[in-house]
Amino acid sequence: MTDQNKDLIDQKLQDLNNDGIDRRGFLKCMAWAGTGLVWTMSGGIPSSRTFAKTAHRSGGNGGDFTFVQISDSHIGFNKPANPDVTATLQTAINKINAMPQKPDFIIHTGDLSQLSKPSEFDTLDQVLKGASAKQIYFVPGEHDMLTDNGEQYLQRYGKGTKGTGWYSFDQKGVHFVGLVNVANLKAGGMGSLGHEQLEWLEDDLKGRSASTPIVLFAHIPLWTIYPDWGWGTDDSEQALSYVKRFGSVTVLNGHIHQIMQKVEGKVSFHTAMSTAFPQPAPGTAPSAGPMKVPADQLQRVLGITDVNYRVSGRSLAIVDSPLGDSGSSASGNGGGSGGR
Amino acid sequence: MTKKTLWMASLPAPVLIAMMLLLPGSRSLAANDQRSAASAAVNIDNFVFGPQTITVPVGATVTWTNKDDIPHTSVSTEGVFKSKVLDTDEKFSYTFTKAGTYPYYCTIHPKMTGKVVVQ
Repeated sequence: MTDQNKDLIDQKLQDLNNDGIDRRGFLKCMAWAGTGLVWTMSGGIPSSRTFAKTAHRSGGNGGDFTFVQISDSHIGFNKPANPDVTATLQTAINKINAMPQKPDFIIHTGDLSQLSKPSEFDTLDQVLKGASAKQIYFVPGEHDMLTDNGEQYLQRYGKGTKGTGWYSFDQKGVHFVGLVNVANLKAGGMGSLGHEQLEWLEDDLKGRSASTPIVLFAHIPLWTIYPDWGWGTDDSEQALSYVKRFGSVTVLNGHIHQIMQKVEGKVSFHTAMSTAFPQPAPGTAPSAGPMKVPADQLQRVLGITDVNYRVSGRSLAIVDSPLGDSGSSASGNGGGSGGR
Repeated sequence: MTKKTLWMASLPAPVLIAMMLLLPGSRSLAANDQRSAASAAVNIDNFVFGPQTITVPVGATVTWTNKDDIPHTSVSTEGVFKSKVLDTDEKFSYTFTKAGTYPYYCTIHPKMTGKVVVQ
């Protein structure tokens, strides 16, 4: 990133910090998300710094931790948009293994497979086995529940979960909730959580302190990005009403194979890149189908998401990095005050 | 052509009338044959069922073909028919034996909906 761009971003961040949410500034930042901009969420006020600053800041407080989100591996996909999705997943795992701070765990936000085939799940398992983080949390994508109402998915990745695979867990004071919004989809609708899961969620969050940082993760975005392509969840409003009272809420999704971010009050929404193939920006193509990019560009539009939790300030910093680093974003010195 | 017309004209009137009566008869017979073996195609392309509404006679077989790089299904909203998951270029056929309107959708991408009208 050029100095001029850095200045621009710093300027915009200044705006953000001054008056809460500056839409124009936020959009500027969104444009840079794919090249290593870091979002730190602290009490609902977004601040930011570049990737390198965060990377150098590993260690420190004993309560801090890092996890990585990967998404949409689509093992079994072999069309022109990416004839070797196993190789690109492997590249993603290599990238995770090369991180200076070993992540505590990995979250996979669904579409592990292309066609829910046992052989596809086997291949995925084989690749994931090589990850430095041994704990991997999953939620299913619609591609993982194609044949048997998700029975096989549950047996392999959802042991001990509720319903179609939802669950929650705690990590060093942060409460994580994995939700399933790809089961029992209704004609004409988008993603759906369903009554039973919503009831469970309300109950799961009840009694937790409002200062507990909450991370919700699910395959299809829990905010409406583009209804014409089904990029949203019909009953997400209700789910989000249960987290309103919390001071820090982070929502991590996949499904759309590109980075999108939004901050609404104390809730920050984020979608991850795929490890398999990109999809077009909303409305820019006749359909949401796989997007073919030149082979040498592919690794720039696939990637992983690294999330850093800092116990001081209860903040979550999100870093998206493409599989093929262009270099500049990750190695820059960072600009401005650099946050906390 | 002229020769043929001349030949026709030379036929006695009752023969001509009989021929004219036969023609529509044989035509309707052919139409009946076609009806019992009627078939119609729905292509799944760019996350759309095309045509979105298809009208077919009773007894027609509708075949769906997935032209996308992403799997789809064709599943009756009312449980009448249900395809397996159709990967690229895979097909699913169903024969409609009763008149009626059959809404269906893709269970993987439920925004995709279509309708078969059987008359």
